[in-house]
Amino acid sequence: MTDVRMEKVIGTLLQIGVLTAAIVVLAGGIWLLTGSFRSAPAYKPFRSEPADLRAVGRVVAGLSHPRPALVIQFGLILLIATPVARVVFSLAAFARERDWTYVVITLIVLLVLAYSLAVPHQ
Amino acid sequence: MDVAAFSGIVFIVAALAGFLGSLTGLGGGVVVTPVLTILLGVDLHYAIGAALVSVIATSSGAAAAYVREGYSNLRVGMFLEIATTFGAVAGAHLTAVVPASALAVLFGIVLLYSAWHSFRQRRESSEVPPDPLAQRLRLDSTYPGPSGAIRYSVGRVKAGFSLMFGAGVLSGLLGIGSGALKVIAMDQAMGIPFKVSTTTSNFMIGVTAAASAGVYLSRGYVDPGLAMPVMLGVLAGSLTGARFLMHAKTRALRLIFAAVIGVLAVEMIYNGFSGGVGR
Repeated sequence: MTDVRMEKVIGTLLQIGVLTAAIVVLAGGIWLLTGSFRSAPAYKPFRSEPADLRAVGRVVAGLSHPRPALVIQFGLILLIATPVARVVFSLAAFARERDWTYVVITLIVLLVLAYSLAVPHQ
Repeated sequence: MDVAAFSGIVFIVAALAGFLGSLTGLGGGVVVTPVLTILLGVDLHYAIGAALVSVIATSSGAAAAYVREGYSNLRVGMFLEIATTFGAVAGAHLTAVVPASALAVLFGIVLLYSAWHSFRQRRESSEVPPDPLAQRLRLDSTYPGPSGAIRYSVGRVKAGFSLMFGAGVLSGLLGIGSGALKVIAMDQAMGIPFKVSTTTSNFMIGVTAAASAGVYLSRGYVDPGLAMPVMLGVLAGSLTGARFLMHAKTRALRLIFAAVIGVLAVEMIYNGFSGGVGR
C-alpha cells in the first residue's frame, strides 16, 4: 500500500466514524428527549457519573438493557474509537510496508491509548 | 427547566461556538467551554468533558478532507503523537489535582494566546537546518503546489517533540485540541510549511484527545445529557462555519470574533479568581 492510498482509506475511515457516532448520539438524544419531561439536572457542583457510564466495557455490556444515557455514551465511545481505529489501521499499513520503525512508533501510541481507555483511573 | 429546553439551549450555544471556532480557526472546543461555564453555569469538569469529545468530532471531520488532499504528513503526525498522547494522559491526570479556579485562569490565558496567534499575519515557516533524525525517520515529504508537488525537509525534531508534549498536556488539562501550539511546534520549531502544519495538527488532535478521553470517561467528566447537545451542536456549527468561510469577507468578521473571544477569555480568568467555575 502506498502512502497516497493509505491517506484515502484514512480519510474515509474518519468520515464514517464521525458520521456513525453522530447518528447514534442523535438517536439516544431523541430517545432521551421524547422519553420524559423531567427537569434538567444541575451541572454544578461536579458529582461524577454513575459507574456504568464510566467504563468502555460497562457501557458496551449495558447495551443489552439500553436506556437513553447509555446509548448516547455508546455513541461518544464510537467517536473516541474513531481516531483509535485510524491508529490501528496505520499499524497494519506500516506492517505491510515492512516499515518497522513506524510499526514500533505506532505501537507505542496504541499502548498509550489502550492504557487510557482500558485501565480504570481514579 | 426541563431536559428538552436545556438541551435545546445548549445545542444552540454549542452550534454558535462551533461556528465561531471554525471561522476563527480556533476550534469549537476552546470556545464552547467558557460559554458553558460562564453563560450556563456548568461546572468546569463537565464542560471540558463535553468539549473534549466535540473536539474529536470536528477535528476528525476536517482531517478526513485534508488527508485526502495530501497535505497532512502522516509520518510526522504519527511520530509526534507519541509526545502528544503521553502529554495528554499526564494532563488529564492533573485535572484531579489542579483546582478548577487555576484551570479557569490557565484556560483564559490559553484562549487569549490562541486568539492572538490566529489573528496575526500569517508568516513564513522558519528556515531550519536539516536534521539527520528527520531523515532517519523519513519525515521529509512533499505537498501539492500550484504546479506539482513541492518538497520540504523537516528540522529540529527534538525541539518539536518537546513542544508537542506540552501541547498534549494542555489538551488533557483543559479539554481542548491545542491546535495553536501544535502548529507552532511544526511550522516554527521544525520548519514544516504552514499548510502542512495546520492540516497535520488537525489530524493529530483526534488521537491526542482520545488519549485523555479515557481518563475523562473514567473520572465521570463525560455526562451524556450534556455531551449530546454539545457534540451535535459543535459539529453542526463547525460544518456550517467551514462552508461559510468560502464565501465570507472575513476580515471584519474576524475582528468582531476576536473581540468576543477576548471578552470570554477575560471572563474566564475573572471567574477563576472569583471562584465561580466550581471546585
